[in-house]
Amino acid sequence: MCGAGLPKGFGLVIWDWSAFFHYIHSPYLLTGAAVSLGLSIGAMAIGLVLGCGAAMMRMSERPWVRGPASVYVWLWRGTPVLVQLIIIYTGLPQLGIKLGVLASALIGLGVNEGAYLAEIIRSGILAVPKGQFEAARAIGMTWGKTMRIIVMPQAFRIIIPPMGNAFNGLMKTSSLASVISMEELLRRTELLVQVQFKVLEIFMVAAIYYLVLTTIWGFIQARLEAYASRSVAQDRTTRAAVPVAAIAVPTDAT
Amino acid sequence: MPPEIVVEARGVHKHFGQTHVLKGVDLTVEKGEVVVIIGPSGGGKSTFLRTLNFLDRPESGEVRIAGMTMGQAPAGSGRITLSDAGLSRQRQQIGMVFQQFNLFSHMTALQNVMCGPVHVLRTPQAEAMADAKRLLALVGLADKENSYPGQLSGGQQQRVAIARALAMHPTLMLFDEPTSSLDPEMVAEVLQVMLDLSERGMTMVIVTHEVQFARRAADRILFMEDGRIIEEGRPADIMDSPRNERTKQFLNMVMGEL
Repeated sequence: MCGAGLPKGFGLVIWDWSAFFHYIHSPYLLTGAAVSLGLSIGAMAIGLVLGCGAAMMRMSERPWVRGPASVYVWLWRGTPVLVQLIIIYTGLPQLGIKLGVLASALIGLGVNEGAYLAEIIRSGILAVPKGQFEAARAIGMTWGKTMRIIVMPQAFRIIIPPMGNAFNGLMKTSSLASVISMEELLRRTELLVQVQFKVLEIFMVAAIYYLVLTTIWGFIQARLEAYASRSVAQDRTTRAAVPVAAIAVPTDAT
Repeated sequence: MPPEIVVEARGVHKHFGQTHVLKGVDLTVEKGEVVVIIGPSGGGKSTFLRTLNFLDRPESGEVRIAGMTMGQAPAGSGRITLSDAGLSRQRQQIGMVFQQFNLFSHMTALQNVMCGPVHVLRTPQAEAMADAKRLLALVGLADKENSYPGQLSGGQQQRVAIARALAMHPTLMLFDEPTSSLDPEMVAEVLQVMLDLSERGMTMVIVTHEVQFARRAADRILFMEDGRIIEEGRPADIMDSPRNERTKQFLNMVMGEL
């Protein structure tokens, strides 16, 4: 059907549409994509917790608090995540630490992500004017409340774009878990190719799945950005003389 | 009956790196008194104000606000350094207004004013909102409660900031150059709110360059330079017949043509 002008039958050799359409809704691959997504979300969650912790620690005045966080960021950003994954899954058992495939993948990707997120979160917090912090302290907020109620919500707006990029990257990086036999999308693609031989068709299906995942995430990120910027965006609307009463009052900020 | 003392600072010293910013400052303020601190930039006025609520922690000396020794708690026969939570509790009684307003930029005016009562004092929402609306009306901004700081003028932002500080029902209000970053036409609206407050009996310590305001509102004026209080007295005495040569020079400078 696409081989016009080519010798009879040659089109099928080049590209097999029916195979492509068969595999694009293959439950086997779809499950793989779901695993990739779940793995990315799990790793991101681990990364956010570690990243927040490391970001706060790196801003401490005390060297013994700052030091360990700096070493963490330095080590994990300075080595390939592929090497980290292999060390965790294949190397650590030598020391008697045996982790399953899923645990290794989650820890490997999550801890690596944390090192990058630490820098993103730290830059976001530093971008919040110092006066915001001082005003919160002056009305009697503890350090924790100041961070939670005043600083982090403002830092959040600043870090959504780079954090969104990080998650986009993570969904693709999660494919590296295939080397430690994690049955996510890429691994399942490879397994399928080994028995079906439709190399290009099946890998194209995998690529499209990744593209769909990152595209959907792109839409979600845009919504998040719009939500977090609502107090800033409204600055512009007033200049356009929108009556104050017409502005929706968010009820969650107090 | 002896007057009730709200502020009692003794021998306050503060360094920033090698710079000795406060060189043993003493201050006593009675309840209801309005004290204005004037003096050249870099003389330590703002730093001293910030040591009163421990935004800047003095290295030596003692600050007592409404009977509490700031940053310390009695423990047995001696004293211990207060935790972050303890110091935060002490600060609830001290309102502060900043030169740059520092309104929480992700919250509306109303949310800014409610923020302290709701999150710090755990006042029920409805009660905090009613009080916040009352305070916004008091500073003349009842119609701006749903505006974000970025939608307000400097003068309006500063009045919201005053309402935010008042929402904690403080014993003492500190003003750190509250009109210094305002356009001239907005200075009066902020000073008017401060005058109203002083007439209501609020105890206030104010760092400002507005000497005419000081003459009108202050019970006492302190002249501060090079980390020390050089001269203090009633507004008329300080402004019309300063004894110290430096005070005289400074006043001539800020009042212009004299």
